[in-house]
Amino acid sequence: MSGESDVKTLVIDEQEVSARSGQTILEVARENEIDIPTLCHLDGLSDVGACRLCLVEIKGSNKLLPACVTTVQEGMEISTGTERLRAHRRTILEMLFAERNHICSVCVSNGHCELQTLAQEQGLTHVRLPYRNPELRVDASHERFTIDHNRCILCTRCVRVCAEVEGAHIWDVMGRGIDSIIISDLNQPWGESACTRCGKCVQVCPTGALFDKSKIGSDHPKYPDFLPYLNLMREAK
Amino acid sequence: MSKLRLATVWLDGCSGCHMSFLDMDERLLELAEYVDVVYSPIVDAKVYPESVDIALVEGAVASVDDEKKIKKIRAHTKMLVAMGDCAITGNVPSMRNPIGPEAILDRAYIQNASAQQQIPCVVVPKLLKIVRPIHEFVKVDVFLPGCPPSADTFHTALTALINGGPLDIPALTRFGA
Repeated sequence: MSGESDVKTLVIDEQEVSARSGQTILEVARENEIDIPTLCHLDGLSDVGACRLCLVEIKGSNKLLPACVTTVQEGMEISTGTERLRAHRRTILEMLFAERNHICSVCVSNGHCELQTLAQEQGLTHVRLPYRNPELRVDASHERFTIDHNRCILCTRCVRVCAEVEGAHIWDVMGRGIDSIIISDLNQPWGESACTRCGKCVQVCPTGALFDKSKIGSDHPKYPDFLPYLNLMREAK
Repeated sequence: MSKLRLATVWLDGCSGCHMSFLDMDERLLELAEYVDVVYSPIVDAKVYPESVDIALVEGAVASVDDEKKIKKIRAHTKMLVAMGDCAITGNVPSMRNPIGPEAILDRAYIQNASAQQQIPCVVVPKLLKIVRPIHEFVKVDVFLPGCPPSADTFHTALTALINGGPLDIPALTRFGA
């Protein structure tokens, strides 16, 4: 029997909310229609706190904490949209744009891209940092899909969906820091990997880094909404 | 009130922003009551004027000539508007950055040329190693992203800039729009 201590009460943006013990700040905020921007989080996948866009301020703590991997505590007072947080979010987005070669106008995801949409929502009109212009590969060896590393933001959604949902785990991350790169199998061409061709990674990719070869122009909306349902059906068995 | 002096400039871009500007159609006549176009690819002036109130700059900085121009424009302009994604991000012209100008010129003028194989070196300006947005060279006052920004975006933004009214650019346009 669940006792009363399983219910936590806390304050998010001056709004009193209640939560179940073990819920994350992000879950509770979204249940209460408080918007916290995210990029690496996706409903149906484990959380890794990689993108840092969901950072929030918690009264009494001098650290900013990622809402997607921080569980609620009794009496927490959380702010999700202070000027400091907004400034950090803009800087994070600017670093993502500067890190690789994101050319929105010629991208298959133009108009359907989570990075592009977030930039607009966060009021980004230009990038203050110098662009790095790295030389990166495009792997088109797969018969159905392409990975363009120029557009990858290393959110690792593809890695997680392949390992956790499809159970194939052909994607992983090689290297460290700014040299990190998504690889298939042991850094072999995607077309020669053990890929099951399910296409889940393409649907969960927030940018145009993973795309379907049959799509042209910018006509490539993605539909990651199947994940929570798929998980639900599996748990019900 | 005397008319504001407006300039439009075309650096390394496709001229699409200028096309979109012209797509304001009859609204251009309305704007013409408030501004004089003193310098532009579509008017006759060959030299950038001494004093300009608003300059709309299309295109990235890709050559030594572009670099010289943008510095001159800044020195003689009150309000510099980066017009479109090339001016703001480098956009398509910057796609050569990871490869470098030598390899690009070699592919275009030597490998793919069936006759007269030679890389142009007279009259045309020398390309910079890296194509960069204009705000990496000079201070930019207003950023108007889009590829190209729509005619409606131009109309709303220019009306606000001319009248000094409020202007919420992210509500109007975005990268790649």
